[in-house]
Parts: sequence; C-alpha cells; structure tokens
Amino acid sequence: MKFTVLVGSQMGSKTKIAMTKTLDLLTDKYPEIDTTLLDLADYKLPFSDGRNYLDYDGDAKYVTTTIMESDAIIIGTPIYQASIPAPLKNIFDMLPVHALEGKVASIVVTAGSARHYLIAEQQLKPILSYMKAQLVPNYVFVEEMDFKFKEIENDDVVFRLERLIEDTVLLAEVYKQMVDARNAEYDF
Amino acid sequence: MEKFRIQPEKGLEFGLYTLGDHLPNPETGERISAKQRLDEIIELAKLADEVGIDFFSVGESHQDYFVTQAHSVVLAAIAQATERIKIGSGSTIISTLDPVRVYEDFATIDLISNGRTEIVAGRASRIGNFALLGYDLNNYEDLYEEKLDLLLKINEEKIVNWQGEYRAPLQDAEVIPRPLNESLPIWRAVGGHPSSAIKAGHRGVPMFLATLGGAAGHFKRTIDAYRTALVESGHDPEEFPVATAGFFHVAETTQQAQREMYEHINSGMMKTNGRGYPKPHFAQGAHPHDVMNIGSTQEVIEKILYQHELFGHQRYIAQMDFGGVPFSQLKRNIETIGKDILPAIRKHTAKK
Repeated sequence: MKFTVLVGSQMGSKTKIAMTKTLDLLTDKYPEIDTTLLDLADYKLPFSDGRNYLDYDGDAKYVTTTIMESDAIIIGTPIYQASIPAPLKNIFDMLPVHALEGKVASIVVTAGSARHYLIAEQQLKPILSYMKAQLVPNYVFVEEMDFKFKEIENDDVVFRLERLIEDTVLLAEVYKQMVDARNAEYDF
Repeated sequence: MEKFRIQPEKGLEFGLYTLGDHLPNPETGERISAKQRLDEIIELAKLADEVGIDFFSVGESHQDYFVTQAHSVVLAAIAQATERIKIGSGSTIISTLDPVRVYEDFATIDLISNGRTEIVAGRASRIGNFALLGYDLNNYEDLYEEKLDLLLKINEEKIVNWQGEYRAPLQDAEVIPRPLNESLPIWRAVGGHPSSAIKAGHRGVPMFLATLGGAAGHFKRTIDAYRTALVESGHDPEEFPVATAGFFHVAETTQQAQREMYEHINSGMMKTNGRGYPKPHFAQGAHPHDVMNIGSTQEVIEKILYQHELFGHQRYIAQMDFGGVPFSQLKRNIETIGKDILPAIRKHTAKK
C-alpha cells in the first residue's frame, strides 16, 4: 500500500514537525507500507487553472500524481484565519472531481488556539467527502502548547497520533478488502 | 436537416468514431506501432464503408498515447480509401487552430471525398495542444467561441470580413476551395454539461453530444436544453440534427461483451485521463436505460432504439476501438453491425 503524508502549508514549522513525527511512527510500526512525505514548502506550485492534473508539469505534476497514486493520505494542516491554508485548498482544486474515490484520508490539525477545533470538521471534511474519500472519523488536534522547541512534547499527542495511524491503516486495509470483494463479484 | 446532409426519413444514422488513441492492449501489455495503428484506422473506415455504416470520424489529441494529431491528413487518406461513407472530425480542436486553414483542409477533403466531409468542432478535455501550438490556456473558452464563430462565418460567406481578438483580421478574404455542395456540415462538440449544449442551441449549430456512460434520461436533459435554446434564439429544432457518441461493443452475451471491453476502457482512461472506470459504474452500463452500448447484439439494438425514442436524435456514433482493442475484435464488430444492427435500426427508425 502507498501512503502519502502531506504537510499542507508552505509556512510555519508546527505542521511539519507533527507530520514528520507521524511519518516516523507510521514507518516504525508498518515498515511494509510505501510512504511519501509531501511538504508543500518544498514545491513551487501554480494556482489551479482547471486542467487535467496530467497536463501539469514539474512539481505540480509530481505532487498531484503522488496523491492520485496513494491508497491513503494523512493530511496535516495548520489553521489560518479560521480556515485551511490556501496552498492546501489549491491542491484539492488541481485534482479531478472524484480524485479521492477509493482512497482513505485522515487529518492532523495544528492550531494556535483551541477555538479552531471544529474547523477541520466543518471545512476540511466536507471537501474530502465531496472528493469521495473514505474518512477516518476522528482527527488529531495539536495545540501550540503541545510543542517544545522543535518537537512534540505532549505524550498524549503522540498516543493520539499512534491511534490515528492505526485507524488509517486499518481503514485502508479493510476498505481495500471491501473493494476487492465487490470487484470480484463482477463477471468482467 | 438537408443543409447538414441528414435525411430523417432514412432513419437513425449509425457511425463510428475513433479518438486516434494509441494505447497498449492491457491483456498483452503490448502496443502496436504508430504506423500500424494508422493503417488500421484507415482499414476500419474502409470496412465500415463496405458494410454500409453511415459515418466515420477521427479526433485530434495532442499528448501521449494518441496518434491522429494530424487528423485532417488521416481523413484525407480515408476520403481516398472510401466511396460512400460520410467522414468527419471528432473533434477538431478549433481553439488552437486557424479556422481559415481548417476550412481549406476540410473543403479540400470534401472535394476529394465527393461531398462527404463534415467538421465537428470541440474544445479538448486535455490541453497538450495549447502549449504545443502556442496558445494561452487562460483563453480556453474565448478562443473556442471566437474561432468557432469564424469557422461558421467562412462556411456561410464566400467573401469574409472579420475582426477578432485571437487572429489577424480578414478583409474581403476569399477562402477557397469551396466545398462540393456550397457548405460543410459543422457541428459543435458538447461534453457532459448542458451549458455548452445551450450555446450550441443559441448559435444555431448541430450538436455532437458525448455520452460515455450513465442514465440515458440524464443526457435527455442536455438534449432538451439544446432544443429549448434553439427555439429561444429563433431556430427550428426540426432543422438541427443531434448526434450522440459513446462506447460500443457487441458479443454473444452481455457478460462476454463486458469482459472483452472492461480492461481496455479502464486502463485506457487511467492512462489518458488519470482515472479508471469504476467497475460498479461499468456494470450498470448493461442496464437497458444506460447509454453505454456494450452487450449482446440484441440488447444493444434495443438500447439504441430506446435511446432513439428518448432523444429523437439523427445519428449515433460508436467508439469501439479505445484502449488497444485488437483489430480482429473490431472486424467482428463491423460484421455484426453490417449484418444485424444496421438492418434492425433502419427497419425500426426509417419512415416507411
């Protein structure tokens, strides 16, 4: 299985720290999974202009193709101005309408304030649902005070990340079995 | 209808179209050479002509896995190789071509083919042509509308005076040669969305509607929107033909037909569009009310007749060669079309 761990912002460090930790926990526990870390800060991406993702060049083609080829995506996002960052929305806009059909998605939020807790629920999940992702219902919400220097200090966050990873892998495996079983019923 | 060389009393026309895709056969993983693919497309048109199929069209796409970028050149070869069948593009991406040059080419093919040539003008779903031919994708819609308008004007007027944004003006320009019978049928290619159909209606041009899969009733709405727009702009829907285009394959049984086509379509779409064709959707394609004409011969005949009753369209064109389908399978289809499908369709749709 292919997993993409996405850092959905081009600025700040918290989401990168949280997602690097997520990637480490994922590869430690499930070394057989093929993982890619996509940090949007590493790529030069144009605004979506409505073309088929295969028609982009360079970084945009790499980022979109990596997502399209994934079985599961763990999306890390900060919250800016009570919403997801524009670069993350731009990624969704570059993908086809039902791009996440057959894929599992889960969410890690980093935020400066607990007031942002429901942003992922109310703004990110509807996008992922519209794109037909299979969503892990709960997400991990990490606050400013959970970090110390360049690391996650709060063990509880690490425990929650571990459970999110387990839930994501479980859902991806079971969902694949479901799809395979369904497809096996067709006579073509 | 006469202007578009359609004779409704003869019943629903049956045509074939190829996008000129050049894809590996998923069963063997092998891809024939570009030369062989072109030879087979021309041969397919010849066979179609021999069994009495009404129309054959070739599309242009400017990216990997396609081979008929120079579709008008391919059509010229087909014009020479065939005798009765009507031929056309499907579609010509007018946005990134010069309408004058397109008209010169197609009027010439019309003369070579003895008055059998048509143009279907489209906008492209993939956009390799923009960078390759030097156009700005930001003008995607405007380029299409302006150039289609110019193409239609050249078709109507022998001496053209025209000014626009994306091409040098034309002053008392005579675009020659002229087609054999005054004008060419020029259609607007329409994808799924009714807004493009409505534009076709307002402009008063015939509509070529892509109907790959899904409930026929869903596409009926687009056709209704087209005819309503025709009326709103003072045109008579009785004078404007509608064509539908979609997947086709026949075999002994529907299960066999689906088995023979699924992987071609699924892997072909994955390579050319970046998404496959989900099995549950493909399975529903067998339903009598789904537009996908893949099934046993009898079921496909009944579906085409059902679609005709619902749409009241004048032409159905079948895509049966997508995704590296071996030529032997195409030949079998052609035989069945000539022997069973054409007689049945004509019997039920021609006016006695």
